Amino acid sequence: MSNLSDLSVRQALKLLQNGDISSVEVTQSYLDRIQTVEPQIKAFITLTPELAIAQAKSADQLRKNNPLEDLPALLGLPIAVKDVLALQNVRCTCGSRILENFIPPYTATTVQRLLDAGVVILGKTNTDEFAMGSSTENSAYQTTHNPWNQAHVPGGSSGGSAAAVSAGMAPIALGSDTGGSVRQPASFCGITGLKPTYGRVSRFGLIAYGSSLDSVGIFSRSAKDLAVIFEQIAGRDPKDATSMDIPVPGIHLNSNTDLTGVRIGVPKEYFITGIQTDVEKNVRTAIQHFESLGAQIVEISLPHTEYALPVYYLIATAEASANLARFDGVRYGYSAEETSLWERFKHSRGRGFGSEVKRRIMLGTYALSAGYYDAYYGQAQKVRTLIKRDFEQAFEHVDAIATPVAPTTAFKIGEHTNDPLAMYLEDIFTLPTNLAGVPGLAFPVGFDHQGLPVGMQLMGPHFKEETLLKLVHAYQLSTQWHKSMPDL
Amino acid sequence: MQYEAVIGLEVHAELQTNSKMFCGCPVVDATIAEPNTAVCPVCSGMPGVLPVVNQKAVEYALRVALALNCEVAHTSIFARKNYFYPDLPKGYQISQYEQPLAENGELIIDTPQGEKTVRIRRVHMEEDTGKLTHVIPEQGDPYSLVDLNRSGVSLLEIVSEPDLSTPEEVTAYASGLRDMVRTLGVNSGDMEKGVIRFEANVSIRPIGSKELGTRVEIKNLNTFRGMERAIRYEFQRQAALLDGGLPVIQETLGWDETAGVTYSQRGKEEAHDYRYFPEPDLPPLVVEKAWIDEIRAQLPELPRARMLRIQQQYNLTLEEARMLASDVDTMNFFEDCIQIDPSIPPRTVANWIIGQLFAWFNSSGESITSMKIQAQDLVELLHFLQSNRINQSTAKSVLDTMLQTGRNANTIVSEQGLEQVSDLNMIVKLINQVLEENPDQVQAYLNGKENLENWFFGQVMRLAGGKANPQLVKTTLKQALTQLQESKTEKN
Repeated sequence: MSNLSDLSVRQALKLLQNGDISSVEVTQSYLDRIQTVEPQIKAFITLTPELAIAQAKSADQLRKNNPLEDLPALLGLPIAVKDVLALQNVRCTCGSRILENFIPPYTATTVQRLLDAGVVILGKTNTDEFAMGSSTENSAYQTTHNPWNQAHVPGGSSGGSAAAVSAGMAPIALGSDTGGSVRQPASFCGITGLKPTYGRVSRFGLIAYGSSLDSVGIFSRSAKDLAVIFEQIAGRDPKDATSMDIPVPGIHLNSNTDLTGVRIGVPKEYFITGIQTDVEKNVRTAIQHFESLGAQIVEISLPHTEYALPVYYLIATAEASANLARFDGVRYGYSAEETSLWERFKHSRGRGFGSEVKRRIMLGTYALSAGYYDAYYGQAQKVRTLIKRDFEQAFEHVDAIATPVAPTTAFKIGEHTNDPLAMYLEDIFTLPTNLAGVPGLAFPVGFDHQGLPVGMQLMGPHFKEETLLKLVHAYQLSTQWHKSMPDL
Repeated sequence: MQYEAVIGLEVHAELQTNSKMFCGCPVVDATIAEPNTAVCPVCSGMPGVLPVVNQKAVEYALRVALALNCEVAHTSIFARKNYFYPDLPKGYQISQYEQPLAENGELIIDTPQGEKTVRIRRVHMEEDTGKLTHVIPEQGDPYSLVDLNRSGVSLLEIVSEPDLSTPEEVTAYASGLRDMVRTLGVNSGDMEKGVIRFEANVSIRPIGSKELGTRVEIKNLNTFRGMERAIRYEFQRQAALLDGGLPVIQETLGWDETAGVTYSQRGKEEAHDYRYFPEPDLPPLVVEKAWIDEIRAQLPELPRARMLRIQQQYNLTLEEARMLASDVDTMNFFEDCIQIDPSIPPRTVANWIIGQLFAWFNSSGESITSMKIQAQDLVELLHFLQSNRINQSTAKSVLDTMLQTGRNANTIVSEQGLEQVSDLNMIVKLINQVLEENPDQVQAYLNGKENLENWFFGQVMRLAGGKANPQLVKTTLKQALTQLQESKTEKN
């Protein structure tokens, strides 16, 4: 069983259920894989091998003592968790110095639901500081390397989770997506990533960046695997007032690849100059493939797309400026040794936060300031409504919208470090979904001339994750891109 | 120049629900509980946790809004108010800003000129902050301690229009609100514990002027007396400035109760930019009409309606009713007395409260709730009086003893042998003794000095140790004197 870590989630669960392998064996094989490739990839901020083995042992024990039908759905399955999601008694850094030693006394609802379903936790993955970035280069701890080419970034901010799944260090990983932080790294790392509808998955325990935009998302190798995890984490949480009480359907993905009757919209605003040629080419080919499966391709317009980027950077930073105010060195986290209160506030934050975080706090503070609120934050909210309406109108005519995930494939480490604006443009195709609150799914559709993965995005109406998963499942049944793995 | 004050009040009242506004932590008495024992990740501002609105707190807030005749918004919005301070764990306070829970209410108060309607601008919900204790040790650097027990407790902010013009009106309004929240069962009204807090916006203008002057905001007004003093002080301070041709500066002031002065806390330039924006963690608060109707239907009798009922039901004058209605506790005390013994005329009860008890409160600084006697005790005393077992003046002195010692009337009367002598034989005996011992005065009386009758009365009462039934003494003495006059006439 040398290639346990190549198994799909469903295959792994089957083997576990049949007793062909134990959870300890599966877990150990992932830990071994981590030991081999992690020095090159640097996907994890904190590894939890002892916790993982303990959880695996109790999973095996539970399986031994109970009939199959009484066992939780994911019993014994290892996962990785982005280090912005709280797990009780395990430090949660958010990729920041300010939380270097922060050990939360609570567990995020998504993580708890997976724990209740029997998973084993391998560790906490690297992230841009407070999920602010598109490359994981903003992590205070390390830069994660793209498993397909280690000179390149894995994308971000959930680059650690994406790289871990891509490199076979975990079959599943949780991430968070505020403007594309699940879909863009999924695309860069050649895996499948889901950002659910806002309100579909609890944000409790997700350390907030932009509260009205943040979603907990999932990485895996295929839509089929994502569906298994999505069913577990979705649904109303009384601890999150913005989570919605809308039933989560059991998602049945069958072998039918006939997409007759499905309408897929292609918005012209997403195929712009500046987009990398082989990104556009691969995405167009994938769209044709959907057409060949019977889907009707419709050109549509999302007219306010060009405003998404400024609107996002006003709303996300405004919310972040408040969300990050709690890191003041008084109760937890890094606290500067200063005797006066205001010096302590200033230096705890000044030394604890990295430059991108400070940049966004300042942007957001400015956008909310007296005299500027109406022109910036207030105006951004109005335009956000227009962007939302674009989607609502589009979804009156189509079942899903197909676009590239990002204008480029994975760029080189350091390439955008001194150009925040170029970095912000990486999210141009993913942020509108967050502004509209609709779900988005990224999946691999080919490689560029450098051999780096190209991803495509399907966006769907609110609470229609099932539609997206079914479409991508049909695509993945009839293509091989998602099965490609980097050589490590 | 003659000035008038223009005053508005901001009142913060904790909503004393079982749990806090946005988490399940219990609401504890912040003055008693061990620091930081009623805290959780939510109210201590840990990262990643989220607020969830306490439905009961909304219900309590609606009670107040409806009792104040406000228009309740179908949809109100929570907002973040951003500022850094160690008692504010999240770095922002969840409050309401552009769309508050309720607006346009009113509270009717009594003034020497009659009823006055004070308009209420808005009623909104927010969370309380933690509490700081500043420590200056004998050695080493001073430091501050943070207690988050109070952090996240539901607060209602009630903002009046600047409709008040005297310190007395401010107190009438403040105590009216305090009575209201207590009657509604949402707040204990315990000002010493800080569960209800007041801030006043004060400006002055020449009498007759329509323009508003520059206003100051006075914080930490913890007692009604302090509030009145602070406003009076501020009025004079501003008047002196204007008379001297100096401007009033817009600023936030504190009130130093000991020194009796206001002091500057924060100037206009230092005013915070709170950067309010809608709280993304909470959906808009929707209050359906059916819920409003249900809460309205369950409102208890409100203080003003109660005052009017008391006046009519017990046949009191409006002034008497107003005095009794000076606070809820007094009304409770009054109606408790009547319930305990309906045979005592309500007006007697009212007069004893307004006369004797209020005088005691003035001289002792005590109040209807802090005093040592209960309704039951006053009833017992009045019962003694009613059945002529003690007289009015004895009753008053017994009440004084009761108030001072907390002992009951029965004990005091029997220990001191104060029970009134209504035994006719005894009284006749005392009268005869006085007349026999004072032949000169008797002679003078018989010679026409009739006002000596009062002197004889006094002597009899003195001899009886004040305990004799004065009415009986009076009539019996009259009879005795009349007899003397008649026998003198016969002799002549």
